[in-house]
Amino acid sequence: MAVESAQAAGADRISVLRLRVGTLSGAVPEALEFAWDVVRVGTAAATARLEIESVPAACWCATCAAEFECADFFYECPRCHNVSGDLRRGRELDIASVELN
Amino acid sequence: MCQECGCNSGAKVGNHPHDHSHEHHKDDHGPASVPLTLDVNRSLLEKNDGLAARNRDLFHAKKLLVVNVVSSPGSGKTTFIRETAVQLAGKLRIGVIVGDLATDNDAARLRTAGIPVVQITTGTMCHLEANMIAKAAAQLDLDQLDVLVIENVGNLVCPADFDLGEDLRVVLLSTTEGEDKPLKYPPMFHSAHVAVINKCDLATAAGFNRDLALANLKRISHHAQIFEVSAKTGDGMKAWLDYLEEQRTRS
Repeated sequence: MAVESAQAAGADRISVLRLRVGTLSGAVPEALEFAWDVVRVGTAAATARLEIESVPAACWCATCAAEFECADFFYECPRCHNVSGDLRRGRELDIASVELN
Repeated sequence: MCQECGCNSGAKVGNHPHDHSHEHHKDDHGPASVPLTLDVNRSLLEKNDGLAARNRDLFHAKKLLVVNVVSSPGSGKTTFIRETAVQLAGKLRIGVIVGDLATDNDAARLRTAGIPVVQITTGTMCHLEANMIAKAAAQLDLDQLDVLVIENVGNLVCPADFDLGEDLRVVLLSTTEGEDKPLKYPPMFHSAHVAVINKCDLATAAGFNRDLALANLKRISHHAQIFEVSAKTGDGMKAWLDYLEEQRTRS
C-alpha cells in the first residue's frame, strides 16, 4: 500500500514508513518491527526506517461528558466508574505517511 | 498548493519545466535531497474491510442473517452449530461455511445432519478473511437460506481483527477451558455481540466457577448477550434459538 502510494506520487524509494497503531488495535509494535525486516526486502521500501506512533485508547463517558484514557478493554470511567461503549480512539492500524526521496 | 512540482503531500515527485511562477510557495522549495512526506492515512485492513462490506451488501440483499462463530479449538463450535441448525429445521434454513487449517471433518459432521456446508481449508492461515467467505458463499444457494453460519478457525486471537461481513459475532467459551478466557483474550471477547458458555453439562466435573465466568464476561463483553448452554444435551439452547429467530426477523 505504501509502495503503491509512493509510486503513484512518482517516487521510487521510500525512506521512512510511519504507522499509527492504537493501543487496542491488537497489533503489537514489536511484532510489526520484526515483520518489517522481512516484508520490506526487494521493495521500494527496502532501506526504509519504520516509525510507529502509538495512539492511546480513549473512551467517551456520557455521564461525565468527558473523554478518558482506557488502558484495557474494560472501558470503565475512572471518575464515575460507569462502563462506556463509546471508543473514540485506539483501534487504529494505519499507514499514516511515507517519506520519499 | 502546487500539485505538480512535489512541494506538497500527494504531489508528483520529480523535475518539471519551471516555466511558470512559484511565487505562492517558493520558500517551500528546498534542495533536491530534502525528503518529501506523503500522507497516506489508510488502514492496513482496508482491503479486507472493503470486501467485508461487499459481502454484507450481498447478504442483506439476500435477506440472510450471517453469524460468525469464533472460539478456541475444542469449545464445541461444530456441535453448537449442528444442534442450532437441526433444532431450527422447518423454521429457518441454515447453511454453514467451515474454516479449518486442514481436513473436512467438521464439514462432514454437519453434512451428515443434512446441512448445506462448504469447507474452507486455510492451510497455514489462522483465521478466515472476507475474500474467502465471498468465494465459499458463491458455492451455496443463498436464495435457499435464511441464516448463514460461519464457523471460524479455532483461534481466539487473529479472527478478532477480520470482519467477514457478518451481522453477529458469537464467541463460545466452554466450561472446560477455565473462567478467565475473556480476560486472557479481551479483543475477541470484546468484539462479540453474543457470548455462549458451552458444555454446561460438564461444569461440575470441570470445577467451573459460573459466577466468576459471568463476571469476567460481563467485564469484557459488557454489551454482549450471554447464553449458557450444553449443545450436546440441548440444555439452555431454547433461549439462544429464540434469540436467533428474533434476530433473523429483524434483519
